Amino acid sequence: MSPTEFTPYAGLAGGILIGLSAIILMGSSSRILAASGIFSGLLTLKFDHNFVWRLIFIICMLIGTAWAALFTGVAQQMAFATGPLMTAVGGVIVGVGVYLGNGCTSGHGICGNARFSKRSFVATCVFMAVAILTVYIIRHVIGA
Amino acid sequence: MEKISASIAGLLFGAGLAISGMVNPMKVLNFLDLFGTHDFTLAFVMGGGLITAMIGYQLLFKRGKPFFADRFDLPGTTLIDAKLIGGAALFGLGWGISGVCPGPAIAGLVFGNSLSFIFVIAMAAGILAARFATNARNAS
Repeated sequence: MSPTEFTPYAGLAGGILIGLSAIILMGSSSRILAASGIFSGLLTLKFDHNFVWRLIFIICMLIGTAWAALFTGVAQQMAFATGPLMTAVGGVIVGVGVYLGNGCTSGHGICGNARFSKRSFVATCVFMAVAILTVYIIRHVIGA
Repeated sequence: MEKISASIAGLLFGAGLAISGMVNPMKVLNFLDLFGTHDFTLAFVMGGGLITAMIGYQLLFKRGKPFFADRFDLPGTTLIDAKLIGGAALFGLGWGISGVCPGPAIAGLVFGNSLSFIFVIAMAAGILAARFATNARNAS
C-alpha cells in the first residue's frame, strides 16, 4: 500500500463532470449513466441503435480520459495494488457482481441514488460496506 | 441527437474519472482503507456527482419528458432481493480486492497498463458467465 494525496478540489471537479454526464444522458433520452450496464450491453453483440450509442459513449469516454490526463498527473500516478492473478480474480468477481446486482458505482452509486431509488441505496450500502471490509481484511488482517 | 449526447456524456465521464483520480486503483483502495492510508477523495467525487445529478434529475423530471425521447423510461422495480444484495456484495468484494470498478476499469485502458486489460477482459468474462448461468437457470 502506498499513500496517495488527498485531492478534494480535483475530486469535486471530476465528480461534477460525472454528474453532468449523467444529466445529459438522462435529459436527452432517459438513459442511465451506468458503466457496467453500458459495457454489458456492448457484450450482447446485438447491433441495434443501443449498441451504437454505447459504443460511441465508450470511445468518447476513452478520449475524455486521455485528454484530461494530458494536464493532470494521473497517468504517472496509476498504481495497481494487485498482480495479474488477483487483478483477474477481482475483475471476474466485479463482472459477476455488477451483472447480478444490476449496477455499479456509477449506475447505483450516482444515478440510482440521485433519483432516490431504494434498490440503488441498498446496493450502494452493501457494496461500500463489503469493499471497506475486504480492504480491511487484506491490509490489516492478512497484512498484504 | 442521441449520438451527439452520447459523445458529450462520454467525454465528460472519461474526463471526470481522470481529473478526480478515480482511474488510479491505489487512490480508490486508500479511500476504502478507513483504518490505514485513508485518502478521502472518493467521497468528494461521489458527493459532487450525486448532488449534481440529483439537482439535474429534479429539474428534468419536473420538465416531464426528455428532450429527444417521448418519456422517462426508468426501472420502477423496488424489489430488494437476494440477487441484488448478493450481486452488490460480490461487486464490493471484487472492488475491494482490486480497487477497480467498471467505469475506471474501461477509462484506465488508455494508459496501456497490461493489468487494466487483464481486469477488463476478466470483468467481461464474469459478466458473460453470470448472464449464461442466469439464462440457463431461467430456461430450465
